[in-house]
Amino acid sequence: MSPWDNELALLLARVQFAFTISFHFLFPAFTIGLASFLAVLEGLWLATGKSVYANLFRYWVKIFAVVFAMGVVSGVVMSYQFGTNWSVFSDKAGPIIGPLMAYEVLTAFFLEAGFLGVMLFGLNKVGKKLHFTATCAVAVGTFISAFWILAVNSWMQTPTGYEIGANGQFLPGPSWPAIIFNPSFPYRLVHTTIAAYLTTAFAVGAVGAWHLLKDRDNPGARTMFSMAMWMAAIVAPIQIFVGDMHGLNTLEHQPVKVMAMEGHYQSHPDGAPLILFGIPNSAEKRVDYAIEIPKASSLILKHDLNAPLAGLDTVPDTDEPPIGIVFWAFRIMVGLGVAMAGLGLWSLFARWRRHLYDWTLLHRAAVVMGPAGFVAVLAGWVVTEVGRQPFTVYGLLRTADSASPLDAPAVAFSLAAFVVTYFAVFGAGIWYLLRLMKKAPDAHEAGLDGSPIRSAGITPAAGMIEGDVA
Amino acid sequence: MMDLTVIWAGIIGFAIVAYVVMDGFDLGIGILFPRLKVGTERDTAMNSIAPVWDGNETWLVLGGGGLMAAFPLAYAIILPALYAPIIAMLLGLVLRGVAFEFRWRDPAHRPVWDVAFTLGSTVATFAQGITLGALLQGITVEGRAYAGGWWEWLSPFTCLTGLGLVIGYALLGSAWLIWKTEGSLQEQAYRHAWRLGFALLAIIALVSLATLYLDAQYHRRWLVYPGVLATAQVPLATLIVSVLFFRSLKLRRHLQPFLYVLALFGLCIVGLGISIWPDVIPARLTIWEAAAPYRSQVFMLVGAVIMVPIILAYTAWSYWVFRGKVGAEGYH
Repeated sequence: MSPWDNELALLLARVQFAFTISFHFLFPAFTIGLASFLAVLEGLWLATGKSVYANLFRYWVKIFAVVFAMGVVSGVVMSYQFGTNWSVFSDKAGPIIGPLMAYEVLTAFFLEAGFLGVMLFGLNKVGKKLHFTATCAVAVGTFISAFWILAVNSWMQTPTGYEIGANGQFLPGPSWPAIIFNPSFPYRLVHTTIAAYLTTAFAVGAVGAWHLLKDRDNPGARTMFSMAMWMAAIVAPIQIFVGDMHGLNTLEHQPVKVMAMEGHYQSHPDGAPLILFGIPNSAEKRVDYAIEIPKASSLILKHDLNAPLAGLDTVPDTDEPPIGIVFWAFRIMVGLGVAMAGLGLWSLFARWRRHLYDWTLLHRAAVVMGPAGFVAVLAGWVVTEVGRQPFTVYGLLRTADSASPLDAPAVAFSLAAFVVTYFAVFGAGIWYLLRLMKKAPDAHEAGLDGSPIRSAGITPAAGMIEGDVA
Repeated sequence: MMDLTVIWAGIIGFAIVAYVVMDGFDLGIGILFPRLKVGTERDTAMNSIAPVWDGNETWLVLGGGGLMAAFPLAYAIILPALYAPIIAMLLGLVLRGVAFEFRWRDPAHRPVWDVAFTLGSTVATFAQGITLGALLQGITVEGRAYAGGWWEWLSPFTCLTGLGLVIGYALLGSAWLIWKTEGSLQEQAYRHAWRLGFALLAIIALVSLATLYLDAQYHRRWLVYPGVLATAQVPLATLIVSVLFFRSLKLRRHLQPFLYVLALFGLCIVGLGISIWPDVIPARLTIWEAAAPYRSQVFMLVGAVIMVPIILAYTAWSYWVFRGKVGAEGYH
């Protein structure tokens, strides 16, 4: 293989991983929140007996089934991507991250999959209480899954608790908690989980708002919009606070990533400016057309206007991530986060003035903000993953030294196959989701266990009959 | 002393067997799908696996994830060596998995998703069969990495094992349908089971004979006296199980054919074990050379010992919930 061919194969492998993980991440970002939302709906139904909750459960469980299926199949791909395209990384980091991922399978994937069948199809077979248990098991499973996979990711960002073996492998040290609870893990776990909840809240809120625009008296639309806006109002501000803590943690452990996020090419010995916008110019090592607030970056990051902040001039070029991508992705994420908190505040105001269900402009804004969570989650992921470059295990193993010994054509061919299949399959899936969401929740929502049954021309089984609570 | 590496080889082996058995009939139904009548028959066949396929597929993730965790070097060599079949398998599983949901969501395009279901199931199965064959025929290794080209896996032998697995899973699928359905669909399944049964036996015989001449190691292990006295029990048992299987078809048993097909798969896996144990990549890498360090093994073993029985318990419970014959109207 020529060196050029090597470079190309590496680039294609990185594009393939970015492509498959980005597509995959959209689905769990939605199902983590949606599973909890469904558990809350079913719990409220059991507690109050109000049919609106049962109807909403049936409405959203159909959407959940489609999203979950896409999450599962795209997730299986991920568990093999490490081996097919990043075999050197798998060999070296396998003894550490392999067991964490095995725990994810053992404690989360089986739990979700094992109870999913009962959750989707089993209400008439197991009774309400056991069915609620199954729904909760799926919801807990999604969270446990996030716990382990984020432990893996965080260890790659801030590796601790390892030893280096004679063959170059990372070996576990005496303490597994030291590996799992590495410095960035608690922050990343909380930040990502809240992001998933917000993503769901804004998707649910947009669906509710869409239907309120058509019929402001639809009880299902009112309930889901109200629940979603409570989440937005309470959780979005918390997320901004948590995000700030995560940023400070990153400054401590991965300062170069923060330099890229901030666009700080130069060191600032007495107070660094906060660059709001600008165009990073890595060739000239400056940010063109910068709009900046003097000393504000030092205030945010060091809580001191005049605190010195080191810039990328202190780092060798070969250890820098791509600045522009990290810089822009960070601004997209923060901008959307602030907009989400803004919509949450607006909804509080509307609620206080008793216009939550008839303020058309608010509903339109909520519809527009429907995809905001997904975009913000992907942008945040880009910040942290691209910001980790040029390493796979931060500071220890370079991305260029992690890839499989594959020829560029092989990687190009598989990438093309993934792109074609994913756009066709998940494009259709997202289309079906939008179609399900377009239908207004009605007072006699059919259950999912009804769907295969109905299609065969038989009436839906009795079970979740409206208000059918003993 | 029973060492941890052997225990882990056992656990990964168990996950792979669990996967082959459980997703085998799901994929088999996908392979048989074009032979089933549009409407009631297809809907019933789909209903019979809709609640369980996801859990079944998870064993594949445990097999892959577990291999990376317990034998990282094997994972790092085998996956690049089988790059094309693995990617094809993954894409096949994507098509197969979404078809479960999409065909109900979009009746206007149901024929398209039915084709996707069959295509995905068949490609995934064929690729798994190729993977097995490629492992048996040998992989070029240098140092800690795969050193062959990206077509090394392709040979007449691997195509034969691919075809064999397609037939085997289709047989599992028809035996599952015999157990879980009734009426015309069950009749269909009986007919398929006869034909597929004979085809599978033929292909097992072919693959077994071909294996003996792939590598001197296999030849030695199977045929040299006195080992042959033990190894000869495997083909003998296969013959007996086959007779019992066809007899159960003749007697119109419902559950027995499925159990006998499982036994056939079990015997094939025992045969595989005789050929390659204790290598993870035959003649190149033993399980001890590929194993993760002691601390990784211990940490995971705690999880596996606690979790696997719990997983088996609630998996069994889920199957119990959906027990009995399934009709087009759902579960009776």
